[in-house]
Amino acid sequence: MIQGIDYAAIAPPLILAVAAIGLLLADAFDAPRRVLGLASGGALAVALAAVGALAAGDRRATFCLPDGLRSGGPRSCSYVADDFTLLFQGIVLAAAAVVVLLSLQEITDSKIPVGEYHFLLLSAVIGALALVAARDLILLVVALETLSLPVFALVGLRRYDGNASEAALKLFLVSVVSAAVMLFGISMVYGATGAMHLDRIAPALEDLPADLDPVAAVGVVLVLAGFGFKVAAVPFHFWAPDVYQGAPLPVAAFLSVVSKAAGFAGLAIVLALGFPAYAHVWGPLVAVLAAITMTLGNLLALRQRTAIRLLAWSSVAQSGYMLAPLSVGTHRLPEAVAATTAYVALYAVMNLGAFAVVIGFHRRPGARAYDTLDDFRGLARSSPAVAAALAFFLICLAGLPPGVMGLFAKVVVFRATVAGDVTWLAVVMAVNTVIGLYYYLVWAARLFAPGPAAGDAAPGLPVRAAIAATAAGALVLSVAPQIVLQTVAQAT
Amino acid sequence: MIFLLMMALPLLGALAMLVPADRFLRTDSSVRVFGTAVSGATLLVAVSALTAFDFDAPSSAGMQLEIDRSWAPAIGLRFHLGVDGISLPLVALTALLTFLCFLYTLRHPPAGGRIRLLTALLLVLEIGLVGTFVALDLVLFFVFFEVVLIPMYAVIILWGGPARQAAAYKFILYTLLGSGLLLAGMLLVAVNAGTLDMTELAARHGAGVSHGVQIAAFALMGLGFAVKAPMWPLHTWLPDAHTEAPTVGSVLLAGVLLKMGTYGLVRVALPLAPHGAQVWAPWLGLLAVIGIVYGALACLAQRDLKRMIAYSSVGHMGFVLLGIATLTPVGINAALFGNIAHGLITSLLFFLAGAVKERWGTADLDALGGGLLGTSPRLASILTFASVASLGLPGLAGFWGEMLALLGAYRPHADLPRETFVTFMGVAALGAVLTAAYFLRMLAKLTHGPPSGVSAAPGPAVSTQEYAAWVPLIALTLLVGLWPKTLLDVTTGPVHALFGGG
Repeated sequence: MIQGIDYAAIAPPLILAVAAIGLLLADAFDAPRRVLGLASGGALAVALAAVGALAAGDRRATFCLPDGLRSGGPRSCSYVADDFTLLFQGIVLAAAAVVVLLSLQEITDSKIPVGEYHFLLLSAVIGALALVAARDLILLVVALETLSLPVFALVGLRRYDGNASEAALKLFLVSVVSAAVMLFGISMVYGATGAMHLDRIAPALEDLPADLDPVAAVGVVLVLAGFGFKVAAVPFHFWAPDVYQGAPLPVAAFLSVVSKAAGFAGLAIVLALGFPAYAHVWGPLVAVLAAITMTLGNLLALRQRTAIRLLAWSSVAQSGYMLAPLSVGTHRLPEAVAATTAYVALYAVMNLGAFAVVIGFHRRPGARAYDTLDDFRGLARSSPAVAAALAFFLICLAGLPPGVMGLFAKVVVFRATVAGDVTWLAVVMAVNTVIGLYYYLVWAARLFAPGPAAGDAAPGLPVRAAIAATAAGALVLSVAPQIVLQTVAQAT
Repeated sequence: MIFLLMMALPLLGALAMLVPADRFLRTDSSVRVFGTAVSGATLLVAVSALTAFDFDAPSSAGMQLEIDRSWAPAIGLRFHLGVDGISLPLVALTALLTFLCFLYTLRHPPAGGRIRLLTALLLVLEIGLVGTFVALDLVLFFVFFEVVLIPMYAVIILWGGPARQAAAYKFILYTLLGSGLLLAGMLLVAVNAGTLDMTELAARHGAGVSHGVQIAAFALMGLGFAVKAPMWPLHTWLPDAHTEAPTVGSVLLAGVLLKMGTYGLVRVALPLAPHGAQVWAPWLGLLAVIGIVYGALACLAQRDLKRMIAYSSVGHMGFVLLGIATLTPVGINAALFGNIAHGLITSLLFFLAGAVKERWGTADLDALGGGLLGTSPRLASILTFASVASLGLPGLAGFWGEMLALLGAYRPHADLPRETFVTFMGVAALGAVLTAAYFLRMLAKLTHGPPSGVSAAPGPAVSTQEYAAWVPLIALTLLVGLWPKTLLDVTTGPVHALFGGG
C-alpha cells in the first residue's frame, strides 16, 4: 500500500520546514542577524504566496486512505487544503509575518539567540498550518503539539530571567495536562467509534450503541477541554496573564493571535466535522464556557494596571466572543462557524495592532519592566500618529464606530448566536461589551490625557512597519468590512 | 442619492480637519467658519431633500428618495437609505440644529480650545444622526446608532464641566448597554424573519415571527431604545451628561440624540414586533407616566438651571413615550410631534442656559438672583418665551404633543386595557400641571423681582450669532404651534401605514 502525497497541498508547511532548518544551519555558520530575520520573514511571505496560489485552484486533499483500506467508507484524508483551511493558513501566516517584524528589535535588545528564535517561531507556525488542515484526530494532536512545544521554548528564551522561566514552566505544565486530557478523550472517542478520521467518526457517532453513549460523550467533552487550553477559555485560561507578562512581548502577541486562531480553527473542525451528533452535549457546554470566559476575562481586565496584563485578560474575554457562535450546536452551524472565523480574522488585525504599539512603546528609552496604563499618558502629544493608531485599535476591540471592523465582528457573532436560539448568551454578550468598552476607553483616554512627553514612542523601522500595516488593515476593513465577511462566507 | 450627499459632506469636512493646521485653515476662527459652511451646505441639501420629497404621495408609496445597494450579501446586509414622513422632519431637525450649533460657536466657542477636533466631532455626530434617521437596513441602522457614541463622549469629556469625566463614562456605558440589547433584539426578529430590510419587515406586520419571539424581541429593543429616550428608571445618565456637556453638546443631546430612542421605537420596535408591543405597551405607558411625574418633581428640586432643563427632558420624553404606548395613530402622531417640538424648544432652552452661564459664570438659580427682565430684558424675554413654550402653552409647539398624547391615552388601542390608560392620562395631566409649576417657579426666581445676585450686573447684550441661532428656533416653535397641521400632515400618512391602514 503506497500513499501518494500531493506536495502542492502541503506546500505552505513544507516551505516553512525547509526554511526553518535552513535558518538553524545558517545560524550555526554565523549568518548575520539581519539576514536571518529577512529569511524568516521571506519564508512566511513565500508560504503566504503558496496559500494564495492554492486558493485560486481546486480543493486539494492528501494523506488519504488507500482504496484497499477504505472498505466502502468516505475518502478519509488526513490533510485537506480547502477554502476554510487556506483562509486560516492565510491568517496565521500574515499574523506570523507581523510577529517576525515585531521580534527583530526584541531579539537584539533581550539578547535572545536569533537562530533558535526564528527556528522555533517557524516550527510553531508549521504546527498551526497543519492544525488548520488536519482532518483526523492523530494529525490534530501532532499538529497541536508541534504548535505548543516550540512556544514553551520561545517563552523561556530570554535566559536568566526568572519571570520568563516561570512563565515557560507554567505554560508547559498547563499544556501537558491539557494534552493528556485531550488524548484521553480521543482514546475514548476512538474506543467508541473505532475511527480516527473525522469523516468516519461523525457517522459512527450517529448510530452508536446506547451503552457506548456515555463513553463517547465524555470523550467529546475531554477533547473540547484540550482546545479550551489552546484558546485560553475559562477554566483553562489562568496561564495567559502570567505567560503574556513573562514572555518576550512578540511571543505574547504570537500566543494571543496565531496560536489562538489555530486553536479556534481546530475546535471548529472537530466540532463541526467530527462531533455534530453530540451537539446536544457540547453545544450547551460551549455556551456556558463562552459566557464565563467573556465575563471573567472582562471583569479581571477591569482591574489591570499594566498594559500587557490588560491585553492578556482582554484576549481571554475576546475568546469568549469567538466561542459564542459555536454554542449553537447543529442548528445553523455553518453560519456559526463563519461567524467565529470572521471574528478571528478581524480580531487578528486589531489585536496585533495593539500589541505592535505596546511593543514599540516599551522600547522607548527609560521604560520600566512593565508599562502601566498611566505610562501612556501624554502619548498623543509626543507621538500623535502612534497614539491615534492605538486608540483606533482599542476602539475596534471595543467594537464601536469609528472602529467599524470591530462593530461588524460583534454583529456577526451576535447574529449567529441569536440565529442558533441562544439568545441568553447574546444578552450576556451585550452586558460584556459594556464592561469591555470601559477598560478599552479608559486606556484610550489616557493617551490623550496630559502627561510627560514619552520621547520616540515607536523606534525602529520594523515596529513602525508593523504598526502601519496593521493600522492600514484595520482602516481598510473598517471602510469595507464586507471583504472579510464575503471571504468567510464563501470559505465555510 | 441625496442622503448619501448629506452624509458625504460632513464626512469630507471632518476628514479635512485631519490636515495639519499649518497647511489648511491656520486660525481657529477660519476653522469655525469652515464648520459653519459645511453644516450650512448640509442644511441646504436637507432643504433640497424637503423640496424633492413628494408630500402628496399616498402613504402606501412607502419610502422616498431611496438608495438601495447590496453591501455584504453574505449576511444579507444592504446599504439601504430612504425617508418617509416619520423620518423626514427629524432629518431636517438634525441638519438645522447642527448648523445652528456651528453658528453659535462662531462667536461663543466652548472653553477648552481644540476647535478643529470639536468641528470634526460635531460633523461626525451629524453623520451618525442623519444616518440613523435614514437607514432602512437593521444592521446599517445599528452602525449609525453607534456612530454617535464616541463623538458625544469626546465632546463631553473634552469640553465639559467640572464633573465631566464621570458624566461622559456614564453616558457611553449606559447607552452602549442599551445598544447591545437592542442589537440582540433586532437580530432576533431579523433571523426569524430572514431579512434585515426594515421596509419589508414593517410590511409584514410581524407575520412569520412567533408570539414568544416578538415578546422577547420587543423587550430587548424597547430596553435599548428606552435607555436612549430616556425612560424612567433608565434616565440617570441624562442629567449628568446634559449638565456637564458644553452648550453645543447639550443642544444636540437634547435636540436630536434623545429622539433616536423614540424614533427607533416607532420605526423599528413597533413594526418589527407588533404583538410584543401589545404585551409591553401598558408597562411602557406606566414607566412613561412615572417619568413625567418624576421629571417634574425632580425639576422642582433643582437649583441649577441646566440641570433643571435636563430633568424637564425626562418629563417631556415621558409624554412622547406615553403617546407611543397607546399604539394608536393619534398617540404615535403625538409622539412624533412631541419629538420635534421638544427638539426645538429644549435646544433653545439649552442655548439660553449656555448664554446665562457664559455671561455670569454660573447656572445656579440662587446665585444668579432675580430681576433679569430688568437688567437683561432681551435674554429674559426669550427665556420666558422658551419656558412657556416648554410648559405647553396652547399656540406654541409644546402644547400639541402633550395634548395629543393625552388624547391618545384616552382612547388607546382596542386590545389595550382602557381603564389603565385613562388612569395614566389623569396622572400625566397632573404631571403637565407640575411642569407649569417648575417653569413658573424658575421664571419667578430668575426674571422677576428686584435685581439681585450676580446677574444684577448686566451682561453683554445678545450677540448677532446668538440671535441667528435662536430666531429660527423661535420662529419654528411659533409656526408648528400655530399651524400644527403642517407637521401632522407629514406624519399621519406613514403612521397609518404603520398600522396596516391606507
